[in-house]
Amino acid sequence: MDSLFNRKYIVQGLFIVVALILLGTLFYIQVFSDKYFISAKSNVLKRIYTYPARGVIRDRNENVLVQNELVYDLMAIPNDVKPFDTLALCKIIGVDTAKFGKNMRKARRLSRYQPGPIEKQLSIEIYQSLSEQLARFPGFFVQSRTIRQYPDSIASQFLGYIKEVTPTDIEKSEGYYRSGDYIGKSGVERSYEKLLRGERGVVNMLYDAHNVPKGSYAEGKFDTSAVSGEQLISSLDIRLQKLGEQLMHNKIGSIVAIEPSTGEILAFVSSPGYNPNDMVGRQSGNSYMKILAEPYRPFNIRPIQGYYSPGSAFKPLDALIGLQEGVIDPNTTFNCPGGFRAGNHWVKCEHVDGNVALRMGLARSCNTYACYVFQKLLTQQKYKNAQVAYADWQKKVKLWGLGDTLGVDLPGERTGRLYDESYYSRKYSKYWGYTTVISLAIGQGEMDATPLQMANIMSVIANRGYYIKPHLVKAIGKDRVIKKEYVQKHYVGIDARHFEPVIDGMQDAVNASWGTAIESRIANIIMCGKTGTVQNPRGKNHSVFIGFAPRDNPKIAIAVIVENAGYGSAYAAPIASYITEKYLKDSVAPNKLAQVEWMKNQAVLPPPPMPKVKLKPKPIDSIKLPILKNEQSTK
Amino acid sequence: MNNQQNSRFFFNVDWISILVFIALCSVGFINIYASVFNTSESAAFNFGSSYGKQLIYIIAALIIGFSILLLDAKFFSVFSPIIYGITALLLVVVLVIGKSVAGNQAWISLGGGFKLQPSEFAKFGTSLLLARYISTFNPKFRDFKSILFAGLIIGFPLLLIQLQPDTGSALVFLAFMFPMYREGLSGYFLLVFLGMIVLFIADFLVPLQILIPVILAIGSFFVYQNRRKQKVMLSAILVTIIAIAYLFIVKVSYEKVLSPRQRDRIELILGLKIDPRGQGYNVIQSKIAIGSGQITGRGFLQGTQTKYGYVPAQSTDFIFSTIGEEWGFIGCFVVIGLYIFLLLRLINLAERQRSTFSRVYGYCVACILFFHVFINIGMAIGIVPVIGIPLPFISYGGSSLWSFTVLLFIFLKLDSNRMGFI
Repeated sequence: MDSLFNRKYIVQGLFIVVALILLGTLFYIQVFSDKYFISAKSNVLKRIYTYPARGVIRDRNENVLVQNELVYDLMAIPNDVKPFDTLALCKIIGVDTAKFGKNMRKARRLSRYQPGPIEKQLSIEIYQSLSEQLARFPGFFVQSRTIRQYPDSIASQFLGYIKEVTPTDIEKSEGYYRSGDYIGKSGVERSYEKLLRGERGVVNMLYDAHNVPKGSYAEGKFDTSAVSGEQLISSLDIRLQKLGEQLMHNKIGSIVAIEPSTGEILAFVSSPGYNPNDMVGRQSGNSYMKILAEPYRPFNIRPIQGYYSPGSAFKPLDALIGLQEGVIDPNTTFNCPGGFRAGNHWVKCEHVDGNVALRMGLARSCNTYACYVFQKLLTQQKYKNAQVAYADWQKKVKLWGLGDTLGVDLPGERTGRLYDESYYSRKYSKYWGYTTVISLAIGQGEMDATPLQMANIMSVIANRGYYIKPHLVKAIGKDRVIKKEYVQKHYVGIDARHFEPVIDGMQDAVNASWGTAIESRIANIIMCGKTGTVQNPRGKNHSVFIGFAPRDNPKIAIAVIVENAGYGSAYAAPIASYITEKYLKDSVAPNKLAQVEWMKNQAVLPPPPMPKVKLKPKPIDSIKLPILKNEQSTK
Repeated sequence: MNNQQNSRFFFNVDWISILVFIALCSVGFINIYASVFNTSESAAFNFGSSYGKQLIYIIAALIIGFSILLLDAKFFSVFSPIIYGITALLLVVVLVIGKSVAGNQAWISLGGGFKLQPSEFAKFGTSLLLARYISTFNPKFRDFKSILFAGLIIGFPLLLIQLQPDTGSALVFLAFMFPMYREGLSGYFLLVFLGMIVLFIADFLVPLQILIPVILAIGSFFVYQNRRKQKVMLSAILVTIIAIAYLFIVKVSYEKVLSPRQRDRIELILGLKIDPRGQGYNVIQSKIAIGSGQITGRGFLQGTQTKYGYVPAQSTDFIFSTIGEEWGFIGCFVVIGLYIFLLLRLINLAERQRSTFSRVYGYCVACILFFHVFINIGMAIGIVPVIGIPLPFISYGGSSLWSFTVLLFIFLKLDSNRMGFI
């Protein structure tokens, strides 16, 4: 033992200190921090997705409206790509090298190890010639995928379209969607997205350091297989839809036909439409921009977004509330001197019919009659003042589905316009009465309805007192499930007995010689309805027809609006009658076929370019009406 | 061999150290098996694979080890200059006919796929000669001449290895500072060395505008403290000046002397550079593998990083990542515990030797093992630059296993003979 013996402790101490440093670092890496654990997982585990086929949509008779078609995407794993003949590959897939280079860089930016799309939706021909030579291009492979295909190219706005997800979509879905996925952007594709898309399958694959797959994780315990999207049975009748679109060709407007007993929408025409096949495939981006730039806005879903004055459609409703409230009975007569004086307003009526009762009032669409009923309703003894009376009236009208969305299964439905009492109280600070809002009596002024709402009013009358929410999908999936909300009856608070006198009036409007809608008469079928001619400050009047048929056990309620087409009897009424006849008799009577062809070939378009298309025309009834002062001030 | 002979040869052998040695070899075998294990291969034992070869190496190592125990203890002292000469000669030979692996000309091919790495054997050759020198001349390292002479013994193989170039193995020769320290070398040498490392690192992390005032402040503090002792005061001033000069020298020579690869490694460790796919890849993947083991590890053959080859050189230099992933913190603790137990025991054994030769040699063995363990594990967990040196007894490879075995068993033989004179 020498004096240097103590240095042993220094050396041993150093050993221990270093060992503690190592253990401390290990403790941090292994126990304290889970960063490395997570990195290890992302190192080896990659989720490979398999895409299910999107659900097919059929019409009510099981004809296919939209189905799937196989396309092929050229993919590349940037890190596996070896130098290759770029020009040859570009030639095969038919793109220029600049675009190809751009896509390659984009894929590389996304991930060097994950496959990224290089060129999408190659046709089967390109795919065939490519697959023969694919071995020349290591790192590239072809992935098959399905796209939408529309055999009849109809019902574009109803079906909507799918597009690649945007970053916002991905964020909103909380990570469900991944870059490159497709999502329904409008129409049924959007509202039923969750059912149509099906369930993506996932395989948890293990990868080694060279990105070679090493089999699935935990023997596939956490893998799922893709589940195809549900099939949707739409309520549309392909025959009506097709005929409707043909009839509305080169015209602007809507046709909505509803089966009253079920609320199923039989035809849903929004014109102009577009070819839904343009929205898929490699050219979809260009077509989208082209359609977007068209002056008549094919992307507008006019049946649920267009605002029109209900006008004549509203008069039966007025009379029914009057009957229910007991302020009139079917025999109550009012004298029509050619107009109605409400305070300092004069509501003009186009004819002087003398004493008018309910049946005649409706058949002739008498403004005076409607105004009297409205006056009686809002001046009932039971109300403290006109404001309370209006609030009660507005509530009753709202029961008919006006002033709010009907809850149709399409995105983008608008509410229409029907103000409540507080709006007028704010505007006129208490000093207002029925005379202030008298234009509402005839469905004018501060009231707008969508074509769907108008058709729904007809549906209520056809059902004698209730409606079922109009809807476009009648059954979902193999089990033919129907949403609960689409079987519930919504009563409008009018007893069934009050309907017959009103329907009498509507029957006369179509079938009596003095009726306004005589053009839509159909042989052997009693159709009830009304025409409308809606004034439009921007151009010619809109042609409107609403109705239902047959009178007993109605099968179809319909609203037709042709913008800038003049009298209701000129365009809307015949179009409605052809559709109705086609639906009830399976074909239009041979003697009318020439008329149908004539109608198809008519072009009724306002001169483009239009100023901002806001489908909110200044409306007027079939009977010309001076524009009311208070109405002016609200616009 | 009869029982009597047996007891004579193995009398006084430190069986505890041998048990630790066997334990570490087993840990090595298990983890090499895991790191080359492939699910798609058949489960049958394969002698052509790495783990199969390692088993042969281990058996051979045991035979070598016990053969050494059979030799006469005096042999090593007497023949140390010759052994040193042979190992040094091998280092020269490898520079001439060596096989280049990954840029280092460090291997002599023996045919049949077996290769010899002379730098591994140079370690015990140098240890023996250093021990012989110290035990014969008892230099105490107070004079320049003895330090120079010891420095030459260490420096010659170090230089030859650096020519390969194999900086990692060359660095291990710095371990000989500790035996010299134990035998009388001033502690200042270690302090200066430590100071150089600290300043080297500080030079990268702290700007000179801050570093120089700090050094000046510390320097002035010492000058003020020792203002009455002129000699100490002067040396404090000198050290301060040298330290500052050193900073500049490092800054300049860093660019010129070190290769870009070595610079990258240093900068990665100091966190000055982030490069997950280049030089940093090994370390990041190794840390990920070790970190993913958490407390208890994923279990034998369950490590995904290991199985799917995310860590390069996993059976050799980065074997510790397999241990970390499959056996977790507990496994790492056990392995480091085994090492530290062995190292402390070796020092204790060294101190009980009557002969200086045995003691110095014991210190050499412990310190070489210590350097390997510290640098290898430190590199696997990213606190030491990537220096390719094996983990003793565990890393795959015959040369390193045998050289460590020889290194250790010579000492165990010397220890068993501690009552005799050498």
